[in-house]
Amino acid sequence: MSTATEKTTGRPAAAAREPMMTGRNLVKRYGHVTAINGADFDLFPGEVLAIVGDNGAGKSSLIKALTGAVIPDSGEITLDGKQVRFHSPLEARNEGIETVYQTLAVAPALDIASNLFLGREKRREGFLGKLRLLDKKAMRVSARDELNSLGIATIQDISQPVESLSGGQRQAVAVARAAMFGSKVVIMDEPTAALGVRETAQVLELIKKISERGMPVVLISHDMPAVFEVSDRIHVHRLGRRAGVVDPKKCTMSDVVSFITGAEDIPEGAMA
Amino acid sequence: MTMTATTSAPETKHTNRGDQMRRAFARNPVLGPTAALLLVMIFFSIATDTFLNVDNFSLIVQQSVVIGTLALGQTLIILTAGIDLANAAIAVFGTLLLTKLTIGGVPPFISILAGLVACTFIAMISGTLVTRMKLPPFIVTLGMLAVVTAVTNLYSAGTTYPVPDGLLTFLGTSLYLFGRIQFTMGMILAVILFVVMWFILSKTGWGRHVYAVGNEPEAARLTGIHIDKTLVSVYAVAGLIYGFAAWMALGRTPTADPNAYQTGNLDSITAVVIGGTSLFGGRGGVVGTVVGALIVAVLRSGLTQMGIDSNYQNLATGVLVIAAVAFDQATRRRG
Repeated sequence: MSTATEKTTGRPAAAAREPMMTGRNLVKRYGHVTAINGADFDLFPGEVLAIVGDNGAGKSSLIKALTGAVIPDSGEITLDGKQVRFHSPLEARNEGIETVYQTLAVAPALDIASNLFLGREKRREGFLGKLRLLDKKAMRVSARDELNSLGIATIQDISQPVESLSGGQRQAVAVARAAMFGSKVVIMDEPTAALGVRETAQVLELIKKISERGMPVVLISHDMPAVFEVSDRIHVHRLGRRAGVVDPKKCTMSDVVSFITGAEDIPEGAMA
Repeated sequence: MTMTATTSAPETKHTNRGDQMRRAFARNPVLGPTAALLLVMIFFSIATDTFLNVDNFSLIVQQSVVIGTLALGQTLIILTAGIDLANAAIAVFGTLLLTKLTIGGVPPFISILAGLVACTFIAMISGTLVTRMKLPPFIVTLGMLAVVTAVTNLYSAGTTYPVPDGLLTFLGTSLYLFGRIQFTMGMILAVILFVVMWFILSKTGWGRHVYAVGNEPEAARLTGIHIDKTLVSVYAVAGLIYGFAAWMALGRTPTADPNAYQTGNLDSITAVVIGGTSLFGGRGGVVGTVVGALIVAVLRSGLTQMGIDSNYQNLATGVLVIAAVAFDQATRRRG
């Protein structure tokens, strides 16, 4: 595992650029419970942004608000400088925001190619396409290409059902799907929570690969070593709002844990 | 299994032969039922002199046409992890609607269309209740079974009606291939329906979505599939198929009887389950249902020809259903 000072990919500092996605003063209440309490969010082009926070801090609610799974009561979201308002995950997806969910959003009985294209199946050209016939061959070829380009070489048979894969391979399928269709942002909600050490390392490799393509990645995780290994900036979420954004090169894991729990305030020097 | 690209060659894969077979069955759920069908056919061919005979096979298929077609609709619904207890009741309502309309002077073609539309509509009500009210399909269709049965009895005043000859009984007319092998029009229509549904389920996006919705609704939703629309469309298509089953039933018997096919719902579920389609949704398909329906019909025919009491036939069917579900559980690998 790398330490706080190491970063494998040297990207230019994000601060000088315009954020490509922002959230301002987002609020979401459920009855008496305030899940998002005036939260801000900034994502810069090409960066890996980690979002960390305690259970119940509202990380998932924030992500849901950004991806249309939850409609915030107030606040505004911009994408590429334009204000957007998503009413469903589908609308966010149509804008190029892909999400990989913690719960492995794959259908176990369907094969890999079917899962990669689920809901976005390719149709045959011409008359057969009018009959809504699937172009299974083209889907298999693209699926193969995508897995290869992400370096997921151990999946031999693209027509095998996803349930025959290991947990890490399944997550790889979900990540590959996001990488394939995401045109602006890929968001990963606890992608390594259910995985073992080696499989986690593989998913982190995938995150780096996607990031190398210039695609910004938002990583929600409890796994501090993972966060420090791949992220450019760390968004610390506390009590339903952003407590601050820190630079992983300027602080340690235990510092970040203190920021998460509120034991320490974030010093100026650690801010990203 | 590992995912690493660079390290460790793939570990020695499933050396265990039992595991290998389990895989084959899990990936191809029709394998088991087909083997079972062949076994019972070989058994009856040896055990009786009358079983292995073209006329007997033709009869077996004719006898399975209505239940088989009901089971086709049932397959669609079970693939979505649902169940339809009202399917036979809907078809029986269809038989009375077709007959009474035609007796009342409506052109047969129009009454058949009306029957298809009515059956589609009734099944869509079930689908709408399942999606809008978030009620379990079992409860919704149990209620629909009672409602549709009652409506049928009120509509028919509890009596049977003679089916007017013509288009209504057309599916009962026969063709003789090589002047010898009997095919009814109903058999041909059933085969067409099965082929069309097989095609749609395996070759279209809608088909993929039906499987995905049944297998893992949350995953389907997250990928942007409209679960409710998919489900309602499944019930509608199933209803249309029940309408065809109603027309086929009129070709089989010369009267429209409100008390017919009272166990048709369970018989169709039996055929689907024996055919290897999982009650948990997302696995199986219409090919299995053909095999499942044939297994039940072959068992009945063979046991009858061996002179075995029909109670034992029911017993055998029951054991087979339980065995099929146990088999499904054993081959299905979770997590």
